[in-house]
This record gives sequence, C-alpha cells and structure tokens, in this order.
Amino acid sequence: MSTNEKTPKVAVSHLTKRFGDLLVLDDISFQVSTGEFLCIVGPTGCGKTTFLNSLTKLYDIDSGEMLVDGEPIDLHKHNVSYIFQEYSTMPWLNIEENIAYGLRIKRLPEDVVRERVDEVIEMVGLSQFRTYYPRQLSASMLQRVVIARAFATKPGLLLMDEPYGQLDLMLKYKLEDELLKLWQKTGTTVIFITHNIEEAVYLSDKIMVLTNKPTKIKTTIDNPLPRPRKVTDPEFVELRNQVTDLIKWW
Amino acid sequence: MCVVGARPVEGREIIRCENVNKKFISSSGVYEVVRDLSLSIRENEFVVLFGPGQCGKTTILNLLAGLEQPSSGRITVADKEVAGPDPSRGMVYQTTDLFPWLTVMGNVEFGPKVQGKPKAERQAIAQRYIELVGLQGFENTYPAKLSGGMQQRVGIARAYSNDPVVILMDEPFGHLDAQTRYMMEEELEKIVAAEKRTVVFVTNNIEEAIYLADRILLLGNCPTHVTREYAVDLPRPRSYVSKEFLDLREAIMQEMEETL
Amino acid sequence: MKKEKLDAVLYGVLGLVVFLVAWQLLVMLTKVGMLFPSPIEVFQRLISSAQGLVGKHPLVVHLGFSLLRVGIGYLISAVLGILVGLVMARSPMGNAIIRPLFAIIRPIPGITWMPLFILWFGTGWITQLGIIFVAGFSHMVLNTYDGASRTNPKLIGAAQMLGANQTQIFRMVILPSAVPYIFSGLQVSLSSCWMAVLAAEMMSATEGIGWMIVSGQNNGDIQQVLVGIIIISVIGLILANTMRGVESKLCAWSVRGR
Repeated sequence: MSTNEKTPKVAVSHLTKRFGDLLVLDDISFQVSTGEFLCIVGPTGCGKTTFLNSLTKLYDIDSGEMLVDGEPIDLHKHNVSYIFQEYSTMPWLNIEENIAYGLRIKRLPEDVVRERVDEVIEMVGLSQFRTYYPRQLSASMLQRVVIARAFATKPGLLLMDEPYGQLDLMLKYKLEDELLKLWQKTGTTVIFITHNIEEAVYLSDKIMVLTNKPTKIKTTIDNPLPRPRKVTDPEFVELRNQVTDLIKWW
Repeated sequence: MCVVGARPVEGREIIRCENVNKKFISSSGVYEVVRDLSLSIRENEFVVLFGPGQCGKTTILNLLAGLEQPSSGRITVADKEVAGPDPSRGMVYQTTDLFPWLTVMGNVEFGPKVQGKPKAERQAIAQRYIELVGLQGFENTYPAKLSGGMQQRVGIARAYSNDPVVILMDEPFGHLDAQTRYMMEEELEKIVAAEKRTVVFVTNNIEEAIYLADRILLLGNCPTHVTREYAVDLPRPRSYVSKEFLDLREAIMQEMEETL
Repeated sequence: MKKEKLDAVLYGVLGLVVFLVAWQLLVMLTKVGMLFPSPIEVFQRLISSAQGLVGKHPLVVHLGFSLLRVGIGYLISAVLGILVGLVMARSPMGNAIIRPLFAIIRPIPGITWMPLFILWFGTGWITQLGIIFVAGFSHMVLNTYDGASRTNPKLIGAAQMLGANQTQIFRMVILPSAVPYIFSGLQVSLSSCWMAVLAAEMMSATEGIGWMIVSGQNNGDIQQVLVGIIIISVIGLILANTMRGVESKLCAWSVRGR
C-alpha cells in the first residue's frame, strides 16, 4: 500500500493565512502523492476548515504556493471536488439530475453523462431511488448522493471536510467502507479532514497532525496498516493511541 | 428478554415500564413507534438506551418524561404513575433547548424559580450546579456565546437544579465533534459520580454507550422495544481502547447488525 | 473587516455626491431647470424654511405636528396590536375568530380608509390618527402572533420538565421568545405609520410635513415640495435606525438583534 514513490499530486509550500492581525495558518508545507489517502486531524478549533478553504481558494492566502500536478491549483482544470458536512444537494433536482449536475456544468456529451451517472449510482447503491427528490431521502442516502456526485466527475483530487461527523455510527462505518471502495476503484487522491482519530486511522495512508492556532503541521505519520482494517487490532489501537496523544487537549 | 451478565439486584427500582405501546395517529395513518416495551431501572443506575437512528429512542424518553402519554401500558417513576411532566424528572436535550434570552444563571435557576424559591436560595442552588459542571465565571454569559460543549454543561446543570430523582438525556453530545464529545463524556462521568442520580441516556454512539453505562439496553428497529441488554462491569474511568471495551463494542455492533 | 465597512461608506457617499453633481449639472446645462430647482437651491430653501415660516408655522413646528401624530397613532397601534396578537396566540378560539378578519382587512392599504374616515370624522385629528393606527396595527398583530405561536416546542417542553405551569410558560417562555418578532413588527409598523401620517396630512390637515408638500404643489412651489421630501427621507431613516439600535440593545441574545 506504499504510494510514496509516485509523483506528488499536491505540493503545498509555505502556506500562510492571516485574518487581520491574527495568524491562522503558519507556514504549512506538505505533499500528497497521486492516489494517496491523506487524513488531516487536529485539536478542536485548530483551523482545519480554514486550511481547507485556503486550499480550495475560498480564502485568499497571504503567502505560499499550492501546486497540483506541478501547476498552480486551478479548480476546474485539475478537477477538484469537495464534500462538506452539509448535504448540498439541489432540492429541485431529483437524485439522477443531482448527480448529473456537475457533469452537465462541464458540458460533457449527454451519453457520457448518462453512462457516468449509471455507473456511480450503481456503486453507491441508489439505483432504485433515481427519480426521488432529496427531501424524500434520509441523511445517509443524501450523503451517498453527494459522494456519487463527486465521484461522477472523476475528480483528480477529492477534498472532504468531516463528511460523516453527524451520522449514526453504524452508517458511518458503512459509508467509510463505501468511500474506500470507490477510492480504490478510481485511484483518486483524497484529502480528508476529521476530528475523529479512529476514522483517520481507519481510512488513511498518511495522517497529518495539526497543532492549535496558529496552525502548523505537528507531524505526519505513515499508516502502513493492511486493509481491510479492524478497529480492535492491537496495531490499530496503538496507532490510534499515538495520534490521540499528539492532539489530546481534553 | 435475553440478559447477558445480568448484575445482582441492588438498590430499589425507580423506573418501571410494563408493556408500553405508543402509536402516533396522523392524517397519513397510524405510526407505531414503541411496541411492548418493558424495562426496569434501579436507583442511581446509569442506563443507556442504545439503538439505530430514528428507532424511537426519543419517544421512549418523552414517555418517561411524561411529555408523551403511552397508547397502552404503564410507566411508573418512584412508584408513581407518570401522568405529565414533573420537576422530579430532569431532561437534557441534544441542542437548542436553552432559553436563549436568559444567561447561564438565568437558565440554571429557571427550575427553582418556577417552583417559587426566593431569589437568594435559587441563585445559591444554581451557583452550586454551575460550579459542578465547571462553568464558574460564565454565569452572566448568554448561551449563544458559548461553545457547544459548554451549552451542554448548562443543560446538565439546569436539569440538576430541581434536584430530580431521574435525569433523562436525549443524545446530549450528538452534535459535538468527536474530541469535544470525549471531553464531555469524561465530564459527565465525573458529574454523575459527584452527584449520584438515576440517569437514562439515549445515544446512537456505541463508544459513548459503553463508556458511560452501567447497563446498556439495546433497542430494535421501529416499532421498538428492548431486544437485549448488556451489563457493563468495566472499572471506571474506562479506556476507549482497552481490549474489554473493544470486544464489547464488537459484540454489540455484531448483535445490532444481525437483529436489524 | 473594518476596511470593508469603511469602503462601503465611502462608496455610498460617492454615489450620493455623483447623484447630486449630476442633478446640479443637469439643471445648469439643460432646460430641466425650468421644471426643477437645483440641489443648491433646494438646500438654500431648506435653510431659509428652517429659519422663517412655511405657511402659518416654522418648519420645526410642522415637523413637530407630524411626529406627534405618528407618535400617538403608532403607540396606540403598537399597544393594541401586541395585545391582540398575544390573545390570538394564547387562545385558539381568539385566533379562529380574529384571523379571518385580518385576512380580509390586511390587503386593504391604510389610505383606502381615508374617504370613509373623512366622511365619518371630518378632516381632524381623529381621521389622521385613525389612518396611522390602521397602517401600523395589522403589522403589529401578525408579527406578535407569529412570534408567540412559533415558540420552539422544545423550549416549552424544557420549561414543563422544570415544573413551569401554563401561566409561567406563557410569561417566561412564549413572551420572551416572541420579543424579536414583536420588534420587527414595531419596525415595520413604524415606517408604515410614518408614511401614513404624510398621506393623512396631505388630505386632511392644515399643518405638518404632508401638508407642506401639498401646499407646495398647490402654489406651484417645487422647492417646498422637495424640502418636504428630503425631510421625510431623513426622518424616516432616523426612525428606522433608532429602532434598530433599541432592538440590538434589548434583544442582544437573539441572532436578529446582533
């Protein structure tokens, strides 16, 4: 499962962000290899979301550089998708149309759109709900729609901000496994932000641990555990403890 | 009912449900939420109702609170039949239940105030519980200015302020992030150890359930009832990653997987 | 953040200046001046009216009359409106009786009652106050009702669990949670009362800003009309901002008030 030798998909160097006089992100540099699953964890309120928003250029950064495939990040060109905690489906579109939405924005030919929608809708197991509207579906199904929508665009880079934070635990496990399956199938590079250490250890190839504000990278830990992982394995517990010790504030 | 590792009976029975059913009737039909629920909870026991999302956990809590009436069956708390809300039962909700126009003090003294306690007395009571939950210094702060974890502390202090026999908690930490949740679980354990009460705690988080519970009642899908119970005998404070903890967690998850 | 605010103010002032300069130039350079005075002339007239008399009274007295009428009419509509709104929220029967009436009356603009009021009460204070009252009342009732009936049921449940009885729930939960709605009612109703007083004065008064405008029209005195309009705008702005200030003080806890 070692992906370290591949070309860097993302290369961030000296990323710095201030709000007024307040230093929020302090000289952050890291690399993510193509096809790698990076989890970012840090103490509550450490500025993880600011970090993501800076990566996606929702916020202007004050200094530093972000390269994707060796070029300055361009959300359209590099086909970056994000999944947030809120299920941002369009209420006036049915599930099929919601998933096709991003593809139609990209003006892909209609037969390609059909094909991709069929493919991902099958993968997330929502085939029989194609013509339903978002309000008719449960939170978990909506989360699947959002994931399907993101994968339909065949993203080169997928950014996820605590997408399963509020979900029922059983469901969370199920969706995590689904995500891993999709990731392995598509080879997408994933950056996944979470508060949940167990989740990070379960999903990641690499765990980046952030400090409290002003946010720096405390350390980056390789996660060599073989998949499928079990939360009860002693190695799993050990890694989980190791990360917990790094960020524990409570 | 299957009882795994049932503990010897200790303490008097404080809550009793006998064959409780609850149906909601709406224009779109009859919706059966609770079917044939029976349970018994002893004084100062910390019982967790654990079950899948939307299985009717909150309805059970509302029945115990007296905010809903059972369609059939009998619920008694301290040998009295539950007929409506009563200050002898305190409630802590998920969120948005603090009075936003009142300060922390105003919220916590609300109970004693409606009981007609004089100002000095009720403020003394409130102060005591504000300190119990570690919010001294925030007495005059409005809820909107508090973090999620702190708001839940206020909710707990407010439930304690009426000196209730039973405290009912409806996923109080469900909206907190994972780390804040761990912190609040540790806090709650300390609070309950300091001020013993019978607690009925609803959650869909297995870690939380095992960390806090003396006994876990596993609920089935809607229409729900107790499908199995687990006595949790691990020493406190518990470790989320001890072998016993993780094994129990696996066992419960598997049981759930099979029954649902 | 501060810089953005400053920028916004700056652009606002800039817009105003551009507007005034354009107006001035238009009057100076084209034939519009025959119909329309320049902003400088209007400003001069504003100063001179403030010092001298407009009709029988100085400008300040006209303004005083208008404000007095609004004050009285608004106060009555607010007090009664809040009371009726609360009664509706408190008693389902009251709601059932009053609500359909409001549904019928609400679409009728306040001014429409003017001819009727004049026929009944003549052109005096009763008619003027009546129009102002009508303009403010329905806003007050409906906002109060909305606020009081939309209390978060969880808060009511929480109060019940703490032992509050029905009266306490009303006084300590429903009422305070309605306050922000009542305030937004007070705001909307104040601006609609302010508009109503002008209309009322235009048709049925011998003093006040509304009268000033109509008398300007009757005498072909465009400057006087414009002076009146400027005063309306400035006073309207001041009233709205004052209300907002009071609200943010009193409803510090609510998101709206912040």
